[in-house]
Amino acid sequence: MKVGCLRMTAFWRLVLAMLGAAVPVALPAAEPAEGAAYAPVLPGRQLVLPADGGAHDAHRTEWWYVTGWVEDEQRRARGFQITFFRVRTLIGEDNPSRFAPSQLLLAHAALADPAHGRLRHAERAARALPPLAGYADTHTEVWIGDWSLRWDGERYLSRAFGEDFAFELAFRPTVAPLFNGDQGFSQKAADPAHASYYYSRPQLAVDGTVHVAGEELAVSGSGWLDHEWSSAIMPPGAQGWDWLGINLADGGALMAFQMRAEDGHALWAAGTLRASDGVQHRLGADEVRFQPLRYWRSPRTGNRYPVAWRVEIAAAQGRAARVVEVEPLMDDQELDSRRSTGAVYWEGAVRLLEEGREIGRGYLEMTGYGERLRM
Amino acid sequence: MGGALRHVFIASLRRRRLATVLSLLAIALGVALGLAVQLIHNAALAEFERGVRILAGEADLQVSGARGGFDDALFLQLAAHPGVAEASPVVEVHAALPGREGSLRVLGVDVFRLAGVQPALLPAADGEAGMLAALAPGRIFLSPAAAAWLALEAGDALAVQSGVHEHTLTVSGSVPAAGAGQVLAVMDIAAAQQLFERIGVLTRVDLRLAEGASPVQLRRELTALLPAGVFVEVPQLALSEAATMSRAYRVNLSMLALIALLTGGFLVFSTQLLAVARRRQEFAFLRALGLPRGMLYRGLLLEGAVLGLAGGVLGALLGHVLAVLALRLVGGDLGAGYFDGMRPALHFDALLTLSFVALGVGAGLAGSWLPARSAATLPAARALRAGDDALLHMRPRWQGVVVCALGALLSAALPPFAGMPLGGYLAVACILATAVLLLPQATRLVMRLPGSPRALLWRLARARSHAAPGQAVVAAVGVLASVALASAMAIMVSSFRTSVDDWLTRMLPADLYVQASPSAASGFLDQDALRRIAALPGVAQVQPIRAEQVRLRSGGAPLTLLAREVGGGWGLPLVAGSLSTGEAELPPAWVSEAVVDVHGLATGALIELPLGGQWHAFRVAGVWRDYARQHGAVVIELETYRAISGDRRANDAALVVHPGVDVAVVATALADAFGENMLRVATPGEIRALSLRIFDRSFVVTYLMEAVAVLIGLCGVATTFAALATARRREFGMLRHLGLTRAQIGRLLALEGALATALGVAGGLLAGGAVAWVLVEVVNRQSFHWSMDISVPFAMLAVFAAALIVLAALAARIAGAQAMRQSAVQAVREDW
Repeated sequence: MKVGCLRMTAFWRLVLAMLGAAVPVALPAAEPAEGAAYAPVLPGRQLVLPADGGAHDAHRTEWWYVTGWVEDEQRRARGFQITFFRVRTLIGEDNPSRFAPSQLLLAHAALADPAHGRLRHAERAARALPPLAGYADTHTEVWIGDWSLRWDGERYLSRAFGEDFAFELAFRPTVAPLFNGDQGFSQKAADPAHASYYYSRPQLAVDGTVHVAGEELAVSGSGWLDHEWSSAIMPPGAQGWDWLGINLADGGALMAFQMRAEDGHALWAAGTLRASDGVQHRLGADEVRFQPLRYWRSPRTGNRYPVAWRVEIAAAQGRAARVVEVEPLMDDQELDSRRSTGAVYWEGAVRLLEEGREIGRGYLEMTGYGERLRM
Repeated sequence: MGGALRHVFIASLRRRRLATVLSLLAIALGVALGLAVQLIHNAALAEFERGVRILAGEADLQVSGARGGFDDALFLQLAAHPGVAEASPVVEVHAALPGREGSLRVLGVDVFRLAGVQPALLPAADGEAGMLAALAPGRIFLSPAAAAWLALEAGDALAVQSGVHEHTLTVSGSVPAAGAGQVLAVMDIAAAQQLFERIGVLTRVDLRLAEGASPVQLRRELTALLPAGVFVEVPQLALSEAATMSRAYRVNLSMLALIALLTGGFLVFSTQLLAVARRRQEFAFLRALGLPRGMLYRGLLLEGAVLGLAGGVLGALLGHVLAVLALRLVGGDLGAGYFDGMRPALHFDALLTLSFVALGVGAGLAGSWLPARSAATLPAARALRAGDDALLHMRPRWQGVVVCALGALLSAALPPFAGMPLGGYLAVACILATAVLLLPQATRLVMRLPGSPRALLWRLARARSHAAPGQAVVAAVGVLASVALASAMAIMVSSFRTSVDDWLTRMLPADLYVQASPSAASGFLDQDALRRIAALPGVAQVQPIRAEQVRLRSGGAPLTLLAREVGGGWGLPLVAGSLSTGEAELPPAWVSEAVVDVHGLATGALIELPLGGQWHAFRVAGVWRDYARQHGAVVIELETYRAISGDRRANDAALVVHPGVDVAVVATALADAFGENMLRVATPGEIRALSLRIFDRSFVVTYLMEAVAVLIGLCGVATTFAALATARRREFGMLRHLGLTRAQIGRLLALEGALATALGVAGGLLAGGAVAWVLVEVVNRQSFHWSMDISVPFAMLAVFAAALIVLAALAARIAGAQAMRQSAVQAVREDW
């Protein structure tokens, strides 16, 4: 993008704010009454795949978030991320125009390459306007132009590219989906009004090609898909969150997150741990604790991120207490798109260590460490 | 040149102040007019270019049709084409603003797609506007120029008209990169489609090519996708189109400026001639004292150049002032409607200004060239003797006459050159040259006419003219040129006005006209509105008129398509063909003269019009005269249009009321039914009066030029006779000795002046008639593609001619008075 991108910033901030997720900005009080029209997130709903893999466009926001590690034939490890957001704006729902902006789609893609030292990333945005940009509600399928994520019955197929990278990856599930929270009802605060429907697909077998630095590389690895939709996710007083999704080497999986207050203390935390035997443990708010170990300051934004963590999982019936440590693939995995989207957060490939031994690989997302975005 | 000589030459300008000031003013006026026209036009074109750039942004190709737009499903195909990297859809609406003059250009855009193609159009939401304002309906973003024009800021309300309804939008921010001169507004594309009832319609799509795509190949592939009347073009085309569209207008204005400059040059000529005649002996002395011939020549030229320079500089200043005023008051197209929605700013152009100053200097030099040459070539010994007027000799040049007359005929028959009537201008010049060259011979012929032998003064004047026709000719040439130009203009304007008047009468047969908004804007009458109008008491008949635009070919200016009733007494001002629709196999179309000229169509020809995305063939049933739409208009029958396009809206409606019903009552009922600001209601009389008022106003410049030309002609007579009188002091002394009174000599001069002027006037009227014919039949036809019936204002011309002759006689008499003041003895003794 060339001239005029700076002017895009203000607009993008608005759109991203709308997501309430990618950037932790509380919705301003300007349009609160409209929230009433969004479908609520209520406990007790049974999520069914593949139908629930599709879009739920009566809800306010929804995302499909695929992250993972791949290695090329020379065993060089890289992290990747591709995300599609859907936003229901409540604008123009009565407008017969095909351009009515009632549903917006946004996408981010990034490639973490230690040889490059920081992320390569790109983004897309469009109003839903099939066949140029759209989504399916019967199975996972969402696309903006040439960017896409699609369930073909066996695999998720994805495609994204930026100015200096591209990837085309297929993800094949090897284990059952992980329904987070109460069978997919994931509370984000003590008040159950702040909740989402949320399932994950851990242990995805990844293969495909990555174009980077003039090379076309055949890659394979393991990935993780998060699919989450809600109408009100950020509890009041929340500054941001830290989220973790790890494919454990023993075939298990760990998802954990905390909602942080402005002073850094946890307002809420939760997680899901699947053991190697397939038994699933739901981690309650008092059963998972995040402790920063090491900070890294971004030379671009000046933001300070806790890039290494200790995560304590309390003992409970049927499982022992565990203490694991999170170490990044590289420190600089800040997604600095102030020039285009105005969003600044940290989203990167990490290793999970237990007693100094690598027990898994996955992704860490940290939001709300920059200045609070002004509206 | 030394100080003393500078004193001799330049200082002489100061001694004849009035003449100097007049010449200077004429040159200044010419330079100012010409420069102002250029400056304004350059400013407008530059702003237009900026507009094209902002709108096109980084687009490589542009898909656009006429104002009516095209099906927006096309956008999906274009955006999905593998050769297209980015596609940005736009629906453009000229929103009528209730309670305000003019319309606002509103661009409905997709902000997500702007960034890659037209980043300058990105709206910036005001802090208070809230989230997603750029997508929300009821929100509008104003460019800085639009905000200034409307005097609105963020948070203010703006009323716009759609159909016959008023909607209120909130100004929610700006379009900061739109540039200072672009009056436009941006809103969400879906909101714009809904608000202005253009669901499913786009007016353009800007495309950026994918890397490696061939523009030529892609254009071919995309063209195959496009419906009829929609074209894929490079954005620069719009620019050259605009330049071409306004060129004829600009050239015509420049010609007016040139005429002013020419008259300035002529004035320099006649004053220099007078000065040379007065200063003959002074020059002879200087020559005798050893001044080289060349230096005398150069000195006199320098006088002219200084005059021209002063006029040029003054004109340059005046030109800038004029341009600033015109831009502020009438806009960049001088009110001609080529550049709507812009606030061009003037930029100082050193090169342009200098070249116009140089033109002024050129006029001064050209004016003093002949007098300087004759002064310099005169043998010193002869010049020392007073009263020789050899320098005023002129002989008819038959070869010249023949060449010029042939030139006039041939060039008048030339086709337009790049849309400009260059042949016509050449013909005008040739006609003037022919008349000037013929004048000496005509003078001779007139002087041979028998006169009353008893009229002493008549015989003297005649003898004088017969012996030295050159004198009469010099006086007459100025008169001829100015009368020719003035009378040509008068005949042209009179023909035009009469034709327009007649045309208006024939175009407006109804009792009352209703318009939702000026045809390009967002107001329209839908079926419901038409029914409501028809139901008003007193209304006998409602005839809807639909005005749309169609483009017949890529790069061409759009034609106006008028769908209306033609039969049933509604009529058209036909110049060829007939109104009868007949039993032809194709539906009839009536084209305006511009269509005939530009598209080479004549009665009986086939014309294909893009309607509803398809080409439809029509048979040209007739050609009509249209003074309103310079780029051409096609009339088809309303029923045909509705059947093909399914569009049942109307822009205007013509109303016939029941006999005995007062139209004012119906007009009031309309305002009550639809609201004060929604409809413009006018009787044909009001439309006619308004049109003619606009007509007269736009010809004010012309009237001014006529007055200046005549004034300059008179000045020419005055200065020439002053020069002659100076040269003839000896002769007057002799006549006094022979017993003529001063009064008789005065009358003699007046008679000579009247005689010379009469010749000039007669020649001028004849030449003017010929020039008028060229203006009407060649220049106007080729510039604006409209014909008119020649209507000569005989009475006005007669009064004008008589007044001019009387004034000239008076001028000659006054100019000669000085020469008669000295005693007869002294005058005779001057001849030593």
